[in-house]
Amino acid sequence: MWHYQAPLRDMRFVIEEWLAAPADWQGMPAFESLDGELAAQVIEEAARFASGVLAPLNAPGDRQGCRFENGRVTTPDGFPAAYRAFVEGGWAALACAPEDGGQGLPQLLNAALLEMIYSTNHAWAMYPGIAHGAYECLRAHGTPELRERYLADIVSGEILPTMCLTEPQAGSDVGLLRSRAEPAADGGYRLSGSKLFASGGEHDLTGNILHLVLARLPDAPPGSRGISLFLVPKLLPDGRRNAVRCDGIEHKLGIRGSATCTLSFEHAEGWLLGEPHKGLAAMFVMMNSARLHVGLQGLGHAEAAWQNAAQYAAERRQMRAVRRPPGRAEAPADPIHYHPAMRRVLLELRTLTEGMRALGYWTAHLLDEAEQGADPARRARAQGRAMLLTPLVKAFFTEQGFRLASAALQVFGGYGYVQEYAIEQTLRDSRIAMIYEGSNEIQANDLLLRKVLGDGGAVLRDLLEEFRAEAEVAAICPDCAAFAATLAHYCDCLTTAAEGLAAATTQDPERPYRAAGDFLRLLGLVALAFAWLRSARLAAGRGGDPFYAGKLESAAFFFAYLLPEADHRLALIEASRQPLPFLPE
Amino acid sequence: MTERETPMKILISLKRVVDYNVKVRVKPDQSGVDLANVKMSMNPFCEIAVEEAVRLKERGIASEIVAVSVGPAAAQEQLRTALALGADRAILVETDEELGSLAVAKLLKAVVDKEQPQLVITGKQAIDSDNNQTGQMLAALTGYAQGTFASKVEQAGDKLKVTREIDGGLQTLELSLPAIVTTDLRLNEPRYASLPNIMKAKKKPLETVKPADLGVSVASTLKVLKVEAPAERQAGIKVGSVAELVEKLKSEAKVI
Repeated sequence: MWHYQAPLRDMRFVIEEWLAAPADWQGMPAFESLDGELAAQVIEEAARFASGVLAPLNAPGDRQGCRFENGRVTTPDGFPAAYRAFVEGGWAALACAPEDGGQGLPQLLNAALLEMIYSTNHAWAMYPGIAHGAYECLRAHGTPELRERYLADIVSGEILPTMCLTEPQAGSDVGLLRSRAEPAADGGYRLSGSKLFASGGEHDLTGNILHLVLARLPDAPPGSRGISLFLVPKLLPDGRRNAVRCDGIEHKLGIRGSATCTLSFEHAEGWLLGEPHKGLAAMFVMMNSARLHVGLQGLGHAEAAWQNAAQYAAERRQMRAVRRPPGRAEAPADPIHYHPAMRRVLLELRTLTEGMRALGYWTAHLLDEAEQGADPARRARAQGRAMLLTPLVKAFFTEQGFRLASAALQVFGGYGYVQEYAIEQTLRDSRIAMIYEGSNEIQANDLLLRKVLGDGGAVLRDLLEEFRAEAEVAAICPDCAAFAATLAHYCDCLTTAAEGLAAATTQDPERPYRAAGDFLRLLGLVALAFAWLRSARLAAGRGGDPFYAGKLESAAFFFAYLLPEADHRLALIEASRQPLPFLPE
Repeated sequence: MTERETPMKILISLKRVVDYNVKVRVKPDQSGVDLANVKMSMNPFCEIAVEEAVRLKERGIASEIVAVSVGPAAAQEQLRTALALGADRAILVETDEELGSLAVAKLLKAVVDKEQPQLVITGKQAIDSDNNQTGQMLAALTGYAQGTFASKVEQAGDKLKVTREIDGGLQTLELSLPAIVTTDLRLNEPRYASLPNIMKAKKKPLETVKPADLGVSVASTLKVLKVEAPAERQAGIKVGSVAELVEKLKSEAKVI
C-alpha cells in the first residue's frame, strides 16, 4: 500500500555534508544559534507531522474532493483539522522573521518541510502554499497600516492568502488582464473583474482569506506596465463580508482536494500594495520563492514515487531473474527488483530524486545566503545563482516529478493503473506543477533568454566555475576522477552551446526560443552531474557504510546511464538551427 | 478529586530504540539486530509516559518534569524531543554498552535517589527488547508503590488512582506516593512537538552523567547467546467446508 517515510538520512546528508550548511549558518547573524542537531530535530518533527497528519488524508481527500455549494467551499474531511494542527505546531511561521512572530529559520529547512508536505499531500499543501510568498510581498510592499493589520496573522497562519492573476483571456500573458480598480473616497480602491484558477480562493480552513489581486487603475498604460497589485480581504476589518464571490470550483485531473476557484470582484474594497502600475514587480518578490516551492513539488512526488516503487518491486514476485544477488536462493519466481529493466528504472528514480534534493536545497540555501549572508559580494553572487537556478528547478524538477511518477507506476504493472495502489494519484497530482506558476516553457524562455543571454552569460559562467571547482577538487580522488573529467567536459559543451546560441540570435532572433527547452534540460543534467560528483567525493572511501556505498553506486549509474542524455540535448540545440514551419491556420 | 497542596515532581524515563516503522534485520553473526543506518526514535510507550507527565503538569498536578535516558550520546536526540514536548530538564546516563533491564533499573534508582520525585512514569516495555521489567525492578529497588500497564491515571488527594489493563478487564489501584507508573497503549495519544517548543527545548538544561558517577556497576549477569529472526510463515491453505476444517484440525494440526 502507498506509504511514506521521510528520507531523513538523505536530508541530513544534503544539509550537513553536501551543503555544509551548519558552518555557513555560523556566518549568518540571523542563524547563529542554529546548528545541525537542532536542524535535524526540526526536520524530524516536521516528518512526524507530514507522515502522521497529512499522509493519511491524501487518498481520501483525492476521492472526496472539494464541494461547492452556494458560494461556499467545503474541503475534504480532515483538511481543516490538519491545517489547525499545522498552525498550532508553528510550521506556518518557520521561515518568517522573529520580529514578525516567525521562528526565523532558514529557507533551507523550509524546503525540507515543503518537500515532505508535497510528498504526503500536495492538494492540502496548496492552501498554505503561497503564504510565505504573500508574507514576503506584504513585508516588502505593504504600508505600515496594512502590515500592522495583516502581517502577524499571515505569519501565524490565522489568515490564508491567495494569488489572483489569471483571467479567462489572460493566462501566461498577464498583460492582457482586465480587472479594474477605481480609487475610492476613503483612500482605498474598489475592484471589479473576474479571476480564474485562484487556488484556495474560497475554503473552510480559515475565517478570513486575503486575496492578492492584479488589476488596472483607470489611468493605467496598456500591457504589463499598467498592472497594479491590491490586497482584498474576504472579510473587511469591521467584520463585513467584502464583495468577493466564489462562482465555482474546477474539476481537475489531480490535486482534487485543493479548491481551484473562480472569483468575482464587484466593487470589492481593497488597498494598493506597492506603487501604482508596478504590480508585477511587487508580485515578483513572491514569485521566486513560489517557483522554488513548485520545483520542490516535483521533488516531493519523485520521492514518493521512488519509495513506493522500491517497496513494491521488492515484494512482487514474477518470472525468474537472469542473475540474483549473491547468496539468494533460487525460487519459482523472483522479486521483480532483480530484473535488469526494473533495476534500471528504480536506480533512475533514486538517482534523480537524490540529485534533485541536493540541487533544490542548494537553491534554498543560496536564497538564505543572499538574504542573510554577512559578506555583500557573496550575497550578490548567491542571489545571481539562485535567480539562475530557480527556473531550472521549477521546470526540470516538475517534469521529472511527473515522468518519474509514470516510471514508478510502470513498476506496479496493472496494479499501478488502479486506484487501490494510489501511485496513479501521484501521477495525476504531479502533473499540474509543470503548468502553473509559469509553465515550464515560460521557465525555459526565462532561463535562456533572460538569465543566460540577458546578462551575456555572466551568471552562467559563475555557476560553471563552481562546477569546475568541484571537478578540480574531485579529480584527485581515485573514485571520482573519471566523473570529474566528464563534468568538466560537459561544462565546456554547455559554454559552447550558450555562446553559439548567443551568436546566432542577431541573425535568427527566434533561434533561442526553439532551443530553450533543450537548453534547460542540458543545464539540468550538467547540474545533476555536479551534484553527483560532489556526493561521490563525500562518499569516497566510506563504502563500508551502506548509505555511502549507495551514493557511490548512484553516482556511477548517473554518469553511465543518465548523463548521456546531455549529448542528445546538445544535438537538439544544434538541430534548432533549422527553422520550424508554421502550422496551417 | 482534590488537588494536592504542592504540585509534585515527576521523573520520566525513556529509551532510544529502533523506530517502529523499521523492518529490522538480524546481523549475519547473530549477535543482535543490525542498527547501522537505521532510524532511531523514542520508544512509543515512553512517548506515552512523556505525554502523561506533560498533561499532569498542564493540570497543575505536577510542577517539574525531569526526563532521564540511559543510553549512548545519541540518546540526547530523544531527550531533546522530550524537552520539546514539555519536560523541563533532562539527564542522560551515558553508556555505549547494551544494558539489561536490571542495570537500567539500578541506574534509574540512583537518579531517583538524587532527584527524589514523587512520581516516576516509564513505558511498560521497550519495543526493541520487549522485556517489560525495568519499571517493576525499579519499584522493587526503590520501594515505591507500582501501577503497571496504566490506562488511566488520576489524582486522589495525596494518592494516585491508576487503572490497569489486565487479562479480562480493568483493575483500579490506589497508590501511595511516591509511586511508579508504567504506561500502556491506551493511556493517552501523544502530541506532536510544536516548532516554537523545539526551538525553546534547545535552551533547556541537559546534563550528562556516567554510570560510574552514580556509583552503579552495570556488569551484567546475562549473556546473549544468539539472536535469530522468527521462522518465515508458511503459506496457508483454503478449506472448502467447515467439516474439512474440523477434519484437518483433528488429523493434521492435531489441536482438537
